[in-house]
Amino acid sequence: MGVHPQLNKNGELQHLLTTEGLPAVILRHILDTAESFTGVTERDVKKIPLLRGKSVFNLFFEPSTRTRTTFEIAAKRLSADVINLNMAVSSQTKGETLLDTVDNLSAMHADMFIVRHNQSGAAHLIARHVRPEIHVINAGDGWHAHPTQALLDMFTIRRYKQDFHALRVAIIGDILHSRVARSQIHALTTLGVPEIRVIAPKTLLPAKVERLGVHVYHNMVQGLQDVDVLMMLRLQHERMESAHLPSTEEYFKYYGLTPEKLALARSDAIVMHPGPMNRGVEIDSEVADGTQSVILPQVNFGIAVRMAVMSILAGN
Amino acid sequence: MHIHIRNGRLIDPGSGMDRTDDLYLAEGKIVSIGSRPDGFHDDREIEAGGMIVCPGLVDLSARLREPGLEYMATLESELEAAVAGGVTSLACPPDTDPPLDEPGLVEMLKHRARNLDQARVYPVGALTQGLKGVRLTEMVELHDAGCVAFSQVDAPIANLHVLMRAMQYAATFGFKVWLRPQDIHLANHGVAHEGEIATRLGLPAIPVCAETIALASILSLMKETGASVHLCRISSAEGTALVRAAKRQGLPLTCDVSINHVHLTDMDIGFFDANCHLMPPLRSLADRDALCAGLMDGTIDAICSDHAPVDEDAKLLPFAQAESGATGLELLLPLTLKWAVENRLSLPEALARITSHPARILGIETGQLAIGAVADLCIFDPDANWIVSHTELRSQGKNTPFLGMELYGRTRFTLIGGRIVYG
Repeated sequence: MGVHPQLNKNGELQHLLTTEGLPAVILRHILDTAESFTGVTERDVKKIPLLRGKSVFNLFFEPSTRTRTTFEIAAKRLSADVINLNMAVSSQTKGETLLDTVDNLSAMHADMFIVRHNQSGAAHLIARHVRPEIHVINAGDGWHAHPTQALLDMFTIRRYKQDFHALRVAIIGDILHSRVARSQIHALTTLGVPEIRVIAPKTLLPAKVERLGVHVYHNMVQGLQDVDVLMMLRLQHERMESAHLPSTEEYFKYYGLTPEKLALARSDAIVMHPGPMNRGVEIDSEVADGTQSVILPQVNFGIAVRMAVMSILAGN
Repeated sequence: MHIHIRNGRLIDPGSGMDRTDDLYLAEGKIVSIGSRPDGFHDDREIEAGGMIVCPGLVDLSARLREPGLEYMATLESELEAAVAGGVTSLACPPDTDPPLDEPGLVEMLKHRARNLDQARVYPVGALTQGLKGVRLTEMVELHDAGCVAFSQVDAPIANLHVLMRAMQYAATFGFKVWLRPQDIHLANHGVAHEGEIATRLGLPAIPVCAETIALASILSLMKETGASVHLCRISSAEGTALVRAAKRQGLPLTCDVSINHVHLTDMDIGFFDANCHLMPPLRSLADRDALCAGLMDGTIDAICSDHAPVDEDAKLLPFAQAESGATGLELLLPLTLKWAVENRLSLPEALARITSHPARILGIETGQLAIGAVADLCIFDPDANWIVSHTELRSQGKNTPFLGMELYGRTRFTLIGGRIVYG
């Protein structure tokens, strides 16, 4: 168990499971590589042959449109063969265990697994189990991690803000249940952001969250003061059923991002959201579609970042 | 059968005896310590030089998985594991399938165990039918069938009125109620201690107050009903403090902790090690240290193995979905010895927590080394080192956080009623 779960013995990236514990040099290398791929999207011939002959399996045990699609586009631009498996309606429901499924697919000469699962640790379990030549990318596991989302967020911040060392970043919303927030926090701290804030009611914050290196706010007016980057989180409707919140209306009133609240941040602050958005719940349409929003560019950068991760893994 | 155990270091935790001498057994009992009784002819001599001879271990929580869960383990495999670990008496909790809530099931279990003629099995009956926390079991019938106490194991009663009635009814007949303090709603399907580790790993968490609130309820209900309670597998510093205060008030309360919680913390979960998925969850370093302090000052009376063999497939799952529990019968002795060394505790004091103290809680006669006592003995080599591995463990469950760890202390002989059942 002492072995690092995502680096090989040369300290190179073997799997991408979490942003926690990844050296800054690897994070920067991914962002730099992604930078070199952003041009590919604009070219006439949109394919490069880095993953030619490789099989990439999209293994989604949880429904997803955006993440699965961007991984698929990214893999195809790298000339890989992409196999999409919607596991939510497949063998798992027939009683096959997670690792049996992985074994069967490995036998079909998989080179890379992109895994999404509703259980924290699922990607780690698979990574520990597969043959050493297979790479695993975590596309979201439970509440634990969603590293490619965090990386594309870092890419976006770097595009608009350049220097991580001079930023005040606020993450707003359901931190407790958010794999995105956890991965963002680890990536931001590693890249040297001096002040990370989380803003949420106490019911949506995990215990000892300050130990991750963040400042805790419960009030948007104080929390948004002088902030450079606002990272919004999606609020799931089931939080109302489990006594975390009374209503979406009250949540929007105190924690929803409106133009008035955004005005508390720096005038050049950017607004981000991992999608899919709940307009009128965590974010006002006027902000989502406003000039400070970088939500659509985020989606586009997601392809370049995923291309970068896949090409780096395939090269190691 | 006359057995002469030569030159062993005899330790009787109850009396504090600790000296190298000979032990003579006849008709299943200890007949002499030191001098050979008149007319004693050795049918068998055991050379125990360099070894420790102590009462057989008494384990307050060992799941044998029968009836109903034989795919995880069987009576044969687990009782063999018990004697290989020096355990001569064990209490088995009622969380079988079906639960031990009918006299017939208890009689069958006792009968099967008797036929195997290995460790002594003391069934703990279900406190409520099907462990559902609604209707009381026929406790008197179950007692007559062989149950030594009544428990809900890991299915706490949500309705405190039912718990109060169950405790009242048990108290009527002087039966002990064994409870693991955990509020079912506050635990809320959590799988790890609420703290930094669960936060980092994104695991559903169980706050400490799930234990302390349940404990406070139990303590109040003890005063209300007069029931005597044994608390199973306490896990937190605050819980230990509550027990300490309650004992000071003179409540008829005893308490145990699992050997896993004596050594491990939530940090040991590492990168989702499913072998560290235990109930109660492994808590913080401060909690672990408070449990050890509680063991030292007598707040916590005994250490149990909390033996829970699980089949391999049930652990090869994402952390929260993996079956909880660890195999422990063969690790109780070496891990207790390790704890003693780390805390500079004398061997008699350490062994008391796994022999005389749990025997007193169970209300059984074993757990002592004295003339006239039943010859349930463990003879072990304290210096023998071994590495915990699949092949070394006899239990059908190979699931333990200690896999790969080097431990000291190996059982060489186990005797039950003066008969060598292991070695």
